[in-house]
Amino acid sequence: MSDKVFVTGIGIISAIGNDVSEVLKSIYLKKSGLGFSSYIDTIYKNEIPVAEVKLSNSELIEKISNHSSQLYTRTALLGLIAAKEAIKNAQIENISEARTGLISATSVGGMDRSEIFFKDFLADSRKGRLRNIIGHDCGDNTTKIADYFGISNYVTTVSTACSSSANSIMMGARLIKNNILDRVIVGGVDSLTAFTLNGFNSLMILDRQPCRPFDETRNGLNLGEGAGFLVIESERLLEKRNKKIYCEVKGYGNACDAYHQTASSPDGTGAKLAMTKALKVAQLSPADISYINAHGTGTPNNDLSEGKAIEDIFQESAPYFSSTKSFTGHTLGASGAIEAVLSILAMDNKLILPNLNFTTPMKELRIVPVIDLIENAEIKNILSNSFGFGGNNTSLIFSKC
Amino acid sequence: MLKTEAYINGAACISPQKTIDGGGFHIEISEVKDVSYMKCLEPVYKKYIDPMIARRMSRIVKMGIYAAKTCLEISGIENPDAVITGTGLGCIEDTEKFLSNMILNEEKLLNPTPFIQSTHNTIGSQISLFLKCHEYNSTYAHRGLSFESALLDGLLMLAEKSAENVLVGGVDEVTTNSLNIQKRFGHYKSDNIANLNFLENKSKGSIAGEGASFFLLSDKPASSTYAKIASFEMHSNSFNKETLKNNALLFIQNNNLDINDVDLVLLGINGDYRFNSLYDELANTIFKENVCTYFKHLCGEYSTATSFALWLSAMMIKNKTVPEYVRINKVPYGKLKNILICNNYRTISHSFILLKDAEL
Repeated sequence: MSDKVFVTGIGIISAIGNDVSEVLKSIYLKKSGLGFSSYIDTIYKNEIPVAEVKLSNSELIEKISNHSSQLYTRTALLGLIAAKEAIKNAQIENISEARTGLISATSVGGMDRSEIFFKDFLADSRKGRLRNIIGHDCGDNTTKIADYFGISNYVTTVSTACSSSANSIMMGARLIKNNILDRVIVGGVDSLTAFTLNGFNSLMILDRQPCRPFDETRNGLNLGEGAGFLVIESERLLEKRNKKIYCEVKGYGNACDAYHQTASSPDGTGAKLAMTKALKVAQLSPADISYINAHGTGTPNNDLSEGKAIEDIFQESAPYFSSTKSFTGHTLGASGAIEAVLSILAMDNKLILPNLNFTTPMKELRIVPVIDLIENAEIKNILSNSFGFGGNNTSLIFSKC
Repeated sequence: MLKTEAYINGAACISPQKTIDGGGFHIEISEVKDVSYMKCLEPVYKKYIDPMIARRMSRIVKMGIYAAKTCLEISGIENPDAVITGTGLGCIEDTEKFLSNMILNEEKLLNPTPFIQSTHNTIGSQISLFLKCHEYNSTYAHRGLSFESALLDGLLMLAEKSAENVLVGGVDEVTTNSLNIQKRFGHYKSDNIANLNFLENKSKGSIAGEGASFFLLSDKPASSTYAKIASFEMHSNSFNKETLKNNALLFIQNNNLDINDVDLVLLGINGDYRFNSLYDELANTIFKENVCTYFKHLCGEYSTATSFALWLSAMMIKNKTVPEYVRINKVPYGKLKNILICNNYRTISHSFILLKDAEL
C-alpha cells in the first residue's frame, strides 16, 4: 500500500480544444468554448448555449484513422481520441509490457445515437437501425478503447453521473496501490445529446447565458461534452524508466451526500466528507492545498453547498479556487477527468485557472473565486472536486513531485 | 487474480424464483413456459419502502433497495462502510420513458422525474439515501462485468482495510423495449421460452432474465456467515473452448488447489446453443469427475447474472446441499468446501470466483 501513483500522460478533447496544446492555448487566452450547437438535433439549438467539441463526427473519425470507427458513437470517438493522446503523451510503446488496465466513465454512454434509433423504433418496433443502438451501453466506449490498444487485463466503466470519471481515477489509483496493476488508463467521456439537454432543461437548471459559477447572479449550468484521460503508473514501474512525470495522485475521497437524488445538502455534508477523506488519504492538511478546481456548476444549489463546504474545511484561509466549467461547460461523466487534466496543466505551467464570467460575490459566502489567470504560481497540491446526482461526491488531490 | 478473505455475512436475492422473504433455494422451481422473458417475482415493497415513494420508483430501484435492505438485515449491519452497485444497462425503464416523452412531446413540457431516475447510479445512491449512509458509494456499468467490477471494488476495500463491511450488489431489469431490441440482435430467443429444457434446447439466443442480489462482505466472519470469497478474477476478452479451459485450470492452480479439491462447479450455460459447447467442454473434460451445476434456467441471462450465481453458491455452501434442479451430471456430492463459479456474458467476458466454506 506504500506504492505511489504518478501521472505520466494526459489527453483531452473539449469545446476549448481538440488536444492538450489547444486547450492550454484557450486557457491563456481565457477563451470559453460556449456557444450554440452545430450538431445536436434539438429545438433548443439556438436558445440554450452549450460547450460543444468543434468537430463533426466525420472529422472525429478522420482523427482516429481506424476503418471500423465509421459506426462509432460520438462518445466512443471522443473517448478514443483523448485516450490515444494520453497514451502517446506517456510514451508507451508496448502496452502489454506492464499490467495495464483501462477504466473509463460515462453518464449516458452512446445516447447520441440511441436517440436517433429510438425515433424510428418508437413509431414501429421493427424499425430503427440496430447499428445506432449497439453502442448505447456505458461499456461501449471503454470496449472500443480497450480493443484499439489491446488492453484486456482489467477493463471497466464507472457510471456515477457527474462524478463518474473522478471515480475512475480513484479506482485506478487504488488498483496500482494494491499491486493489482502497474499502469491504468483512467478517465471518462460524455457527448452532448438531446436527452441530457432536455433532461437538465426539464429540471430548469440550464442557464440561457454563459454560466457564472459562484456568482450571486448565477442561474444554472451549461452542458458541455468531451473526454479526458490520464495515464497513471506505479512507482515501481517508473523506477525503470526515465520519463516525464506530471504529478502524483496523492489523495482521493468518495462520500455520499445521501440528502436528495438531485439536490446537494445545504451545508455540503457529502462535499465536506469527500474533501476531508481525500486530505486524509494524502496526509495533507487544508493549508497544504494551493488551488481548488471546484465542481462549480453554476447552479444556485451546487455552488452554495460546495462553497459552504470549502469555507467549513478551509476556514479563514481558503486557497485560490475556481470552476473551469465556464470554459468547458459541464461535461457530466467526463468532467472529473477533464478537470483533472486542467488541474495537471495548471500545475505543470504554474497557473491558477480563472473562473470566467464572475462579477458579484455570493451573499452567503465569504470566499470568491479567482477571476484572472495567475501565472508563475507556486503550486504544490491541487484539490479537484466532482459531485454528482445521487450525492455521489468525489475529491482528488494531485501533488507536485 | 485477487486472493481475499471476504466473508459473505449477508445475502439477499430477488429473482424469477422465490428467493426472497423466507424463500431460499429449497423451493419448487418456477417453470416458465410461453413467456417472453424470466421476470422477477417481486416482494411486497411496503415492508421497507413507503408506498407513496415506491409509486414513483422504477422496478429496478425498488428491487435494489429491497434486496439491499434484506441483505443488511440478515447480516445485522445497519450501515455499511460502502455501497457498490453493478448494473449492465442501469435504469432503462426511466431512460426509455424520458426518451419517449422527449420524442413524442417534441421536447416540450417534460416531466423531469424519469430523467432524474435514469442515471445508472440511481439504484446505489437511493440505497445510501435510504440508509442515510454517507460512506463510499460507486456504480459500475460495464456489460457482463458490471457486478464483477463492483465485487472487485468491494474486495479491494476490505483488502486495503478502508472498510470492514461493504454492501455489493448486481441489479438489472428487463423492459419490453430492451427485450425487443436485444431479440433483434439475436441475443435472446425470438420465440417464447420455456426454462426447463434449457440444456436440450438447440436454438439461437439465450433466455432473458433479470434480478437484484446484494451481499454484505466483511473482513470477519459472523454468526450469519454463508461462505468466504477466497479468490476472484475477471477477463474482458472472449475465450474459446481451449482458452476457457486453460484459464479455469490456471485459476485453480493459482489457488493452490487440485481439480479434485473443487467440490462443485457452477457454470454459466446460457441456453444459446452457439455457446453451449464452451461449457460442455469443461463439464466433459477437466470437470468430468466434479459435481457440475448450472443456474441460468433459474434467473435467465443478464449482465449481472453472476450475482445470482454467487447467491446460489453461498446458499449451497451454507446449507450443504445441492438441489437436484441445478445438476448437470450425476457425480455424487460430499463436502462442499470449495465452489468454483465460472460465468460468462455472451462469451465476450468471463469471470471466476472461488467460494470456500467459512467454517474451515
